[in-house]
Amino acid sequence: MKRLTGLLVAALTLAASVWADNDLLINGAGATFPYPIYSKWFDEYHKKDAKIQFNYQSVGSGAGIKQVTDGTVDFGATDGPMNDDQLKAYQDKHGFPILHFPTVLGAVVPTYNVPSVSSALNFTPEALAGIYLGKITKWNDPAIAAANKGVNLPATDIIVVHRSDGSGTTYCWTDYLSKISEEWNGKVKKGTSVNWPVGLGGKGNEGVTGLVKQTPNSIGYVELIYAAQNNIPYGAVKNAAGTFVKADLKSVSEAAAGAAKSMPDDFRVSITNAPGKGAYPISTFTWLLIPEKISDAGKRDSIKGFLKWMLADGQSYTEQLSYAKLPKEVVEKEKKAISGVQ
Amino acid sequence: MSGARVRWRKFVSNFMMTMTGLCALISVSVLFFILGYLVYNGGTSINWAFFTQLPKPVGEIGGGMANAIVGSGKLLFAASLFGVPIGFLGGVYLAEFSGSFVASVVRYAADLLNGVPSIVIGIFAYAMVVLPFKHFSTFAGAFALGLMMIPITLRSTEEFLKNVPNNLREGAMALGASKSKTIRTVIIPAAYRGILTAILLALARVAGETAPLLFTAFGNRFWNNSWSQPTASLPVMIYTYAVSPYEDWHRQAWAAGLVLLGLILIINIVARTILARGIAVPRS
Amino acid sequence: MVTTSTTYGSTGPAARSRSFLSKLRDGDEIARLVTFLFAMSVVLITVLLVYQLWVNSALPRHKFGLHFFATEVWDPIADEYGALPFIYGTLVTSAVALLLAVPLGIGAAIFLAELAPPRISDALQFFIDLLAAVPSVIYGLLGAFIVVPLMRTVIYPALNKPLGFMPIFKGPSYGVGFFTAGIVLAIMVIPYIISVSREVLLSVPRDQREAALALGATRWESTWKVVVPFAKTGIMGSIFLALARALGETMAVTMVIGNTPKIAASLFAPGYSIAAVIANEFTEATGDLYLQSLIALGLVLFILTFVINGLARLLIVVTTQKGSGVTR
Repeated sequence: MKRLTGLLVAALTLAASVWADNDLLINGAGATFPYPIYSKWFDEYHKKDAKIQFNYQSVGSGAGIKQVTDGTVDFGATDGPMNDDQLKAYQDKHGFPILHFPTVLGAVVPTYNVPSVSSALNFTPEALAGIYLGKITKWNDPAIAAANKGVNLPATDIIVVHRSDGSGTTYCWTDYLSKISEEWNGKVKKGTSVNWPVGLGGKGNEGVTGLVKQTPNSIGYVELIYAAQNNIPYGAVKNAAGTFVKADLKSVSEAAAGAAKSMPDDFRVSITNAPGKGAYPISTFTWLLIPEKISDAGKRDSIKGFLKWMLADGQSYTEQLSYAKLPKEVVEKEKKAISGVQ
Repeated sequence: MSGARVRWRKFVSNFMMTMTGLCALISVSVLFFILGYLVYNGGTSINWAFFTQLPKPVGEIGGGMANAIVGSGKLLFAASLFGVPIGFLGGVYLAEFSGSFVASVVRYAADLLNGVPSIVIGIFAYAMVVLPFKHFSTFAGAFALGLMMIPITLRSTEEFLKNVPNNLREGAMALGASKSKTIRTVIIPAAYRGILTAILLALARVAGETAPLLFTAFGNRFWNNSWSQPTASLPVMIYTYAVSPYEDWHRQAWAAGLVLLGLILIINIVARTILARGIAVPRS
Repeated sequence: MVTTSTTYGSTGPAARSRSFLSKLRDGDEIARLVTFLFAMSVVLITVLLVYQLWVNSALPRHKFGLHFFATEVWDPIADEYGALPFIYGTLVTSAVALLLAVPLGIGAAIFLAELAPPRISDALQFFIDLLAAVPSVIYGLLGAFIVVPLMRTVIYPALNKPLGFMPIFKGPSYGVGFFTAGIVLAIMVIPYIISVSREVLLSVPRDQREAALALGATRWESTWKVVVPFAKTGIMGSIFLALARALGETMAVTMVIGNTPKIAASLFAPGYSIAAVIANEFTEATGDLYLQSLIALGLVLFILTFVINGLARLLIVVTTQKGSGVTR
C-alpha cells in the first residue's frame, strides 16, 4: 500500500511539473499525400528558425478540413479543394473565410499486374472508365487492345482495385473519370469516397499496391510518388490533346501550367484532363488551408514567413521527392495572396 | 469395470491432453513467427540513433523515434492512472458489496464499453476533451486509452476476487476483521496475481492502439513539453510510416513495432517483480 | 456467495448494535461508497458514450429510420446509406474468429494450466501476453503480407476443391475476404482467451482435481468434467473479452477484408465490417449526413454488442440450469 501511495505521489508531481509551453508550436492536420514533402519543409524551416515548430500530422484531408474548422489546429491541408458548403461552414463559425494555398502537384497513375505483359500499357479514357464501371471485363477487350497494338493481352477477367479509405487520390481519379465519361458522371460522380460499381477496396496506397502486386490480372490506381518510389509498373494515359502520356514531373507540371492561365483567385481549381500536348491528364494540386485572420501575432508571422519560403526555397526540394513544383504563374499569384492573411 | 472401457478412457485422456498440447504449440508458434518477422524486417533499423533521435524527414537516412518512445511511455502511464483505479475498485464493488442486479448492469456496461471500436473511443474522447479546450493533448490521449483499459480490468478483478475460496473470508471473519479490512489484507492479496495479469493485458492492448490517439494525442514531430500538447507515440508513428511509400520508413515501422513489444515486456517484468509478494493461496 | 456483510465484526458474545460512526471508523461504509462510485462511473461513461453516439447520429435516424438496417447501399455521393453489409461482415468475421480462437485458446490454456511444468507455463504465458501488445496496424500488415497470399495459394484451393459445392466455400478467392479477416482476428484474440482462462484454471482449488482423480477419473476427465466447469464463468468471461475485441477491431480488419460493402454467402468473398468502414471513411467524411451515418454505424455496433451479449448470457443461464453437478 505504501509503495502504491509513493508511486501515486510521484505521478502527481510529475504531472504538475510540466505544464509550460516553450517555443512556438503550430499544429496542422490534413492530407497524407503531401506528408513527405511537408515534413521535409517543416524540418528545413525549423533549421532556419529553431524557435518555431510546425507540427503536421497526416490524418486525412477530411479530418484536416474538419479540425481547422473546429479550431483544434492552426492550419489544414487537403488534396481536394473545400466545396462551397464547407467554406460557408468555416465562415459562419469563425466570421472570416479560410484561404487555399497550392503547394505542390501530384498525379494518380494506373498500375496493373498482367503476367504476360512486361511493357507499359496505354490506356484511353474510355478504357479506364469502362473498366471501373464494370463494363470492360477482360484484358483483351478491343477498347484496351486498340491502344496497345503488338501487346499480347490475355483473355482473363480484370480484377479491379480501388481505395477503401476516403482520400484525395480517389478524388482526383474520380474527378478525371467524371470529366471524360458521361456515364461515370451520372452514375458515380466524384468524391473522396464513392459507391464503386465494382472492385476490391485496398486501404491506402500501400493497400492498393499490395493487392495489385499479389493478384494477377488486376488493375488499380495509386499516387505517382508511390509508384515511383516502389518501382511499380504503371501505364500511360491518353490526354485531351490525344497523346499517350506517362506521368512524370514534367508532364504533371505541364498540366498545371495549362490551368494556371485560368486560375481563379481562390486557387480552387481542378486540373484533370488539362489542355497541353504533353500534359498528364490525371494531375492535381494540393492545398494548405490558412485562416484569413490569425489572432496570435507570432503564429501569423511564422505562417506567412513559411508560405513565402515555401514558394521560393521550398520548391527546390520537391523534385527529389518526386513531387512536381508549382508553375511560375501560380507562384506569382500566391505571393500576392499571402498579404491577405492578417 | 471392464478393462476395455478403462483402456478407452485412458486413450481419450492421452489423446485430448496431446491435443491441448497441440493447441498450445500452434498458439506459441504463431507468436514466435510474428516476433521473428518483426526482428527480420525491423531489426536492422534498431540502433542507438533510433532511441535517441527525433524523426527525420524522408530521404535523410537515420533519425529515430525517441519522442515516440517517451510519448508512449507517458501515455501508458497516465492511462493506467485513469483506467486501473476505476476498473479495479469497480471490480471490488461488484465482487464484494453489490447486489446481483447492480452487478449485472455494471458488467453489461463494461462489456459494451469493451466492444466499442477504438476509433469510436477516439471520436468520443475528441468530443469530450479536445473540442472544449480546442487543442490536442497528451491528456486526451491518456483519457481515451484509459477508457479502453477499464472493462478488462473490471471484469477480471471481479472474477478473480470471486474465485477466492470462502474459507479465507470466513477465517478473517472469525478473527473479527471488518469487511474492508478483510478485502484489503486477505482477499485482494489472494487474487492479486490474476488481477495483475489482467491489468498488464489491458495495458498491452492499449499500447498498440492507433485510432484513439489520432484524434486525441495527435502526433508530434518534436519533443513534447507538456501534458497539454500533442505527443508522438509509437503506434501512430508505425501507422504513418507503414503507409508511406518509402522503404526506409517501412523498416523503421517494423523496428518501432519491435520496440513497442520490448517496452511492454519491460513493463511486464518490472510490474511483476516490484509488486511481487508472497501469495496467500498456494498454487495447485 | 459472500456471506452477508452485517455479520462482519459483530460476532461474539458481546456483540452490540453498531453505531454508524463505529462502522464508519472500520471503513466498511466508506469502502462500499467509494467502490460503488467507481463502479457507477463505468456505467456513467458508457451511458455518456451512447448519448454522444445517439445525439450525433440524428440526421440519418430521421432520414432513414429503421430502413437503415435493411439497405445494402453505401453511397457517399448520393447520400444514401445502409448498414446491412457492415452488420453482416462484422457478425461473420467475429463468428469465424471465435470458432477458430476458442477451441485453440481453451486447449492451450488447459495445457498450460494442467500439464506444463510451472516454469515453462509461466515463460510461455509471458510471451503469449506479448501477442496482445502487438499493434493492430502490424497485425494488419502481417495479415496483408502473409495470410492473404496463404489464403489465395494454400487454404482456398484446399477447401474449395473438395467442398466448393457448399455455399460458404464457393466462388473465387482474391486472398482478402471474410475468412482471412476471421483468421487475423482469431490470432488477435487468442492471447486474451489463453491468458485469462489459464489464470482462472490455475485458481481452481487443488482438492477439486484430487477428488476427481481419487474417484478414478482419468486426467482428461478430471480436467474437462470437474476443473473446467468450476472455472466456467471465468472462461466465459475471457470469451466475452475476445468477442468484444473481435467486434470492434478496426485497423487489422480493414487491411484484409477487401472493403467491399456487399453481402455474400461465401467465406472467400470480400466484405466489410462496421469498425473497418468507420476507420476508412471517418477522417475523410465531409458532409453532415455522411459523418453522422458513420456515427450511426457506431451506434449499430453498440446495439449489436448489446444483443449478442444478452443472448450469450441467456445461453449460459439456460445451460447452467440444466445442472452441471458442480456446486461452488
